[in-house]
Amino acid sequence: MLTRNLFRRPRNKLEDAGANSMARPEIPGQLYASCPNCKAMNPAEELSRHADVCPKCQHHFRVSARRRIALTADENTFQELWPTLRGVNPIAFPDYDKKLVSAREQSNEVEAVVVGECQIGGIPACLFAMEPSFMMGSMGTAVGEKIARLFEYALEKSLPVVGFCVSGGARMQEGILSLMQMAKTTGAVKRHSDAGNLYVAVLTDPTTGGVTASFAMEGDITISEPGALIGFAGPRVIEQTIRQKLAEGFQRAEFVLEKGFVDMICDRRDLTDRIAGLLKLHRREAQE
Amino acid sequence: MKAYDSVQASRAKGRPTALTYIANLIDGFVELHGDRRFGDDPAVVAGLGWLAGMPVTVIGIEKGSDTPDKVRRNFGSANPEGYRKALRQMKLAEKFRRPVLCLVDTSGAFCGIGAEERGQGQAIAENMYELMTLKTPVLSVVIGEGGSGGALALAVADEVWMLQDAYYSVISPEGAASILWKDAKRAKEAAESLRLTAKDLFEFGVIERIVDPADVKQKGMPSLKAALFEALSRYSALSDGELLEGRYAKFRKIGGTEA
Repeated sequence: MLTRNLFRRPRNKLEDAGANSMARPEIPGQLYASCPNCKAMNPAEELSRHADVCPKCQHHFRVSARRRIALTADENTFQELWPTLRGVNPIAFPDYDKKLVSAREQSNEVEAVVVGECQIGGIPACLFAMEPSFMMGSMGTAVGEKIARLFEYALEKSLPVVGFCVSGGARMQEGILSLMQMAKTTGAVKRHSDAGNLYVAVLTDPTTGGVTASFAMEGDITISEPGALIGFAGPRVIEQTIRQKLAEGFQRAEFVLEKGFVDMICDRRDLTDRIAGLLKLHRREAQE
Repeated sequence: MKAYDSVQASRAKGRPTALTYIANLIDGFVELHGDRRFGDDPAVVAGLGWLAGMPVTVIGIEKGSDTPDKVRRNFGSANPEGYRKALRQMKLAEKFRRPVLCLVDTSGAFCGIGAEERGQGQAIAENMYELMTLKTPVLSVVIGEGGSGGALALAVADEVWMLQDAYYSVISPEGAASILWKDAKRAKEAAESLRLTAKDLFEFGVIERIVDPADVKQKGMPSLKAALFEALSRYSALSDGELLEGRYAKFRKIGGTEA
């Protein structure tokens, strides 16, 4: 349930630069974005047309919560819920206040998840998208509260939930209260499920720790993007524990599919249609 | 008592393990093995017995006694099959509406290749998911180490109790120190910052009761046994609806946010 040490460090400077440039395709005037995988220089406009997937090597760029929503929700349908709900420093953890300020500046979000209601392929649904540039999408009390509220809201309105996960796990700086968000979100997911509602979880790079061990793994249908790192413990923690190098591809989406823990891998460019199709299959009217 | 003293006490040699509690609290314990999926994880001990005349299901994370036993039990770090073994017993307990007592003592769920291959995260998530609506009373006691998700997988309960000298944390102090200061030796400092003692957790409303370590040194642990019997009887008297509503509310209210 670590936060930052759950992800591998960037392998080289280029990749590091790539990670920092994840928002680049969204910035007007930024004409090119380099692919962190194949290093190709992609015209921003072309990359954007490819849903931030490198047209040359198919690498899926990490994208912000807002970009994710724009890619998924029908135009002008997304209504954000509880946009100002934010974490405080509930256990007075050293330097956490400062960290929150810089995370908010870096991400332009007040917390590490954006939640709301929208339509996907014309079908009403609730949507959450985690924000990777906000402390690596880690789950503190605000993230837990927003996710729990969203599932409760969806239960109330008998709506399906589509959730995009990207997270290093529980947020260390909120201590035990972060850990308890795993139970809290799980309770809300379970109630929503028991009433016969659909939850589609989409696991994107990376999904680890306490998020994997709670709502990320509780979907009725679980989709992953290609190459996403999905696991409980991060690769470095495992390497330290067992004192050996991990094989290439370990904990990647393709490996996780082979082991039976996701239903499918879906290219981001097909993802919205795929989700819309699944929502349509589960429409209550369709069953009547 | 300083925070790190609790951490060290939780890990101390000779501290009572889950099997010690079972031997003292439970009459006629019958151990039941296996998850019916993959194997039998010796890090998790599960079975049935009598608590002061009440049939109960007991599930404990067991660190082991001597060195070979500790190795066999992976020092109390469970694999997914351990959590699935626990889940099987929870579902059986629900079927017979038999109260469940969980004894938590783990530095964390095991971080290994096999654990990942068999879905450690999914196994923990599924336990919490099922426990949230398990229609029988559940009470968890953190008897030593409460190591993150590996502990929580057995601690989504109507009440969570904790030994006064135990700890329960989102991350080990060593892990936190190495992330924060790239120096695991500053674990003492990290332990203070994490607020992981029984007293802290009681103040946060995460646990309902602090158990005096003196109570578990007595043969038969009579005061702990009486307290467990009282609590489980109280929850057994509730309807399913009241029971699950209370369990949901307990976790639902844990936060620390502002609008």
